Amino acid sequence: MNETTNDILLLAFGSFGILIALTFVGEVLRAREEPGFVNPILDTYMTRVQSWWGMVAFVGIALLMGKIGVMVLFAFASFAALREFLTLTTKAKADHLSLALAFFVVLPLQYVFVGLGWDGLYTVFIPVYAFLLLPIVSALRGNTDRYLIRVAETQWGLMIAVFCVSHVPALMTLEVEGHEDRTVLMIAFLVMVVQLGDLLEYFFGRRIGKTCIANHLSPKTWEGVFCGVVCAAIIGGLLSWITPFGVLGAMAMAAAASLVGMFGSLVFAAIKRDRGVKDWSHLIPGQGGFVDQLDSVIFAAPIFYHFTKFFYA
Amino acid sequence: MSFIRQFAARIVGQSIRIFARAVTAVRADWQGIEPVPKQRVYFANHTSNGDMPMIWACLPPAMRRTVRPVAAADYWLKNKIRAFVGPEVFNCVLVDRRPEVKDKPMDKIIAALDEGSSLIIFPEGNRNMTDDLLLPFKAGLYNMGVARPDVDLVPTWVANLNTIMPKGEVIPLPLICTVTFGAPIHVAEGESKDDFLKRASDALAALAPEERS
Repeated sequence: MNETTNDILLLAFGSFGILIALTFVGEVLRAREEPGFVNPILDTYMTRVQSWWGMVAFVGIALLMGKIGVMVLFAFASFAALREFLTLTTKAKADHLSLALAFFVVLPLQYVFVGLGWDGLYTVFIPVYAFLLLPIVSALRGNTDRYLIRVAETQWGLMIAVFCVSHVPALMTLEVEGHEDRTVLMIAFLVMVVQLGDLLEYFFGRRIGKTCIANHLSPKTWEGVFCGVVCAAIIGGLLSWITPFGVLGAMAMAAAASLVGMFGSLVFAAIKRDRGVKDWSHLIPGQGGFVDQLDSVIFAAPIFYHFTKFFYA
Repeated sequence: MSFIRQFAARIVGQSIRIFARAVTAVRADWQGIEPVPKQRVYFANHTSNGDMPMIWACLPPAMRRTVRPVAAADYWLKNKIRAFVGPEVFNCVLVDRRPEVKDKPMDKIIAALDEGSSLIIFPEGNRNMTDDLLLPFKAGLYNMGVARPDVDLVPTWVANLNTIMPKGEVIPLPLICTVTFGAPIHVAEGESKDDFLKRASDALAALAPEERS
């Protein structure tokens, strides 16, 4: 067993420990409640913890399997997220072929390019080639009704669900000096700081939050976000041993990823509000859809990727 | 031989169900009604050939075993594969749509109800290719409600399938399909056929997700 595998297992057991503690706290709070009284905050907390168990298991197994496992996991996540996103967008029969291309050509190719490590291609494939090509395919069918809205929303779906999500496994292709075989651990780092930051933002927001960031849109508060980002930075510092960043660098990277992620989930709340839905889908029981679960990671991933590339690679 | 055919029908049925779930993540949304084994006639909107398999695939297993889609004989007996899938996998009640055999379809439907089966029907009669939400309903639903007044008539809206698989397209889009089951209706005492069909159509249309402009 090599050092990287050791570290992944160590992280997995650490995560299980935290999850056992979080589950225990939730169960104690639930047991102390009046019988028959349902506390929505506690319920939300518990479903979050439960979906976390699943995520830790899936991400852990994928990381242990290495490159192939990570690619398959995130390609599937992209597919599920794209399906949720495009279910809610404006489309016409004229878009059928371009939507089919998005699902069955653009998405797989993006992951092939990431898998091959062709960063010159996977960073421009969707923003340039898909952006220009798919509107042509739609235009050829001659339906101009809400044309710009249709092509713009399809492109947004691809950017969010495929381009951004694929930047998580793309971290493995970065060449960081003295860290060549350990890049897979940066995925664990990114996912952990962003998701734990979210969880603590939620906790502190409920406890001490007063100033709403965006009224009528999200219950997020400046106090909650501040505490969440600080906590993410501390967690990032504690996890710096799996990164090439050093302690202070890891704290800064964690804070940046967590902050971008939190505002990302605000953006997704705005889209959901616009479409009049509460959740993106029903695919994760009691939790909503894949986009609901991934929203902050989606925004954090490309930023984290570029910071790492710019400062460390 | 019949055992082997039955087994094959089960395998094909499960494959269709798994395929439907994999492609569209089809979900049943029970609004104002519970998924309990009660005799019902599910009446649904019809935009695509996938409508019936979608409703069938999202019913719980116990209900799926007792439900029989009412379908056109001329479609399902066209070739050997359809003649296997329609009657044996979906256990369809096959009715003849030709006008010269006018009285037969209802006899078969009532017989199926008397055996205790639930039914899936498409009261528009044909696939809706227009921009209208629903085509005018045919009289069958009313006749069933009058003949067997104890049976629940359940409005069933299949959302999104016309986008997933429009007529003339080959590749299905893997978008999410939702099947919404509404509160059951019955033919009221002395209610005319037209009044009832209007009420049934409204109950079904009310389940459609709001169209965004």
